[in-house]
Amino acid sequence: MRAYWRGALAVYRKDLLLEARSKEAVSTVAVFSLLVVFIFSFAFDPSPRTLALVGPGIIWVSYTFGGILGLNRAFSHEKDKGTLEGLVLAPLSKDAIYMGKFMGTLTLMLIVELLMLPVFLFFFDLNVLSFWFLVIALLAATGFAAVGTLFSAIAVNTRSREVMLPLLFLPMALPVVIAAVAGTEDALAGRGWAALGQWVQLLIAYDFIFIVLSSLTFEFVLEE
Amino acid sequence: MAVSLHSVRHTFGRTSALLDIGLGVAWGECVALFGHNGAGKTTLLRIMATLLKPTSGTMQMAGHPYPGDRSLIRAATGFLGHQPLLYDDLTSRENLRFYGRLFDVSDVESRVSEVLEAVGMERMAERRVRTLSNGMQKRVALARALLHRPKVLLLDEPETGLDQASLTLLEQVLKDSLQTGASIVMATHDVDFGLRLAHRAVVIDGGRVVKDVPASEMDADALRELLAGHREHTP
Repeated sequence: MRAYWRGALAVYRKDLLLEARSKEAVSTVAVFSLLVVFIFSFAFDPSPRTLALVGPGIIWVSYTFGGILGLNRAFSHEKDKGTLEGLVLAPLSKDAIYMGKFMGTLTLMLIVELLMLPVFLFFFDLNVLSFWFLVIALLAATGFAAVGTLFSAIAVNTRSREVMLPLLFLPMALPVVIAAVAGTEDALAGRGWAALGQWVQLLIAYDFIFIVLSSLTFEFVLEE
Repeated sequence: MAVSLHSVRHTFGRTSALLDIGLGVAWGECVALFGHNGAGKTTLLRIMATLLKPTSGTMQMAGHPYPGDRSLIRAATGFLGHQPLLYDDLTSRENLRFYGRLFDVSDVESRVSEVLEAVGMERMAERRVRTLSNGMQKRVALARALLHRPKVLLLDEPETGLDQASLTLLEQVLKDSLQTGASIVMATHDVDFGLRLAHRAVVIDGGRVVKDVPASEMDADALRELLAGHREHTP
């Protein structure tokens, strides 16, 4: 267990340090998400009634597609520079590498989510600082990162990886998108646990299942 | 034996890269693999490093059998391939610190300084890898391969891109490793360098070992001729 967390934290710290230096992923994802919101702000009449209907969808379209851009980078950088072999050669169980990569991806997504909160507040006047919205956002980001890290590692070995990742990732992430949009709608409307409970439970179950499944299958993805 | 390969074969689709390779390397022995491009040297080294699965055959690396637990082999071997496996935006020291943690190197900081000094890169330790020349990156990559005190070193053309001073330093580092009892298997195109350092010279052609003799008995000119002959016959 000590070796597992030593490896996972080493990969996590390395990814954070690389991102802190290049800021490539955060800036790309944040700009993309911002553009999506900006376009939607012109596409819809910003009346409270319209925003209540389309607001949750806009939030999660922006997070989901922005997230795919970030996920693409999780392994493509390693593959292009050949450092993926360095990770494979480490005498560690490969689920430790998955955990490190997963934590790095999750951190990136949470940073982008936080950066986008004032944008949603400014453009749509949505109550995105509500407790339940933040819970939904955290759980959905965890689900995206859990599945996305695995599929990013699969897609990186294919020729058209930029196309392959969304094709693999989006169908698998559909339950998260549905729960996140529906849960966000309830949270922004100020509804409580009675309405939100089912979505929160679905997201927790999804996160747990996919973190475990991805950890178990990651070795087969990473090794030849 | 430090390395023992039995009937190792490898195919890429319908193309055979290695055919029934048998090879033994004693502890403290250095074996130089010679052969033209595409002869199978890199494939053989990558199989020994457990980066590739052999299509058939078995091997023992540093006493650990394969098929078996690859982690044990990886912990006991150091691999230097064509790519340095370094992160451009990290410094040399940060790269080595990262690999030190992955390989559970005890007292990482002092070991990192030790290997950086051994490859003559201690003054460049705080420079990001992207600002280093190819030769310097190769030296840091060698430090990475040595970091966890491997019992078997697998080197794929370690001399490529090195100037004379770096080549002399590489030779010294490898001799030091041999003195600690480690074994070395290296693929090289530099006949003089390979024969100077190695105890045995192994020539590979078409995925087969076609010559395996003590390096002292191998005439450099004859080897060059042999390799040129293989090259001429390669379509």
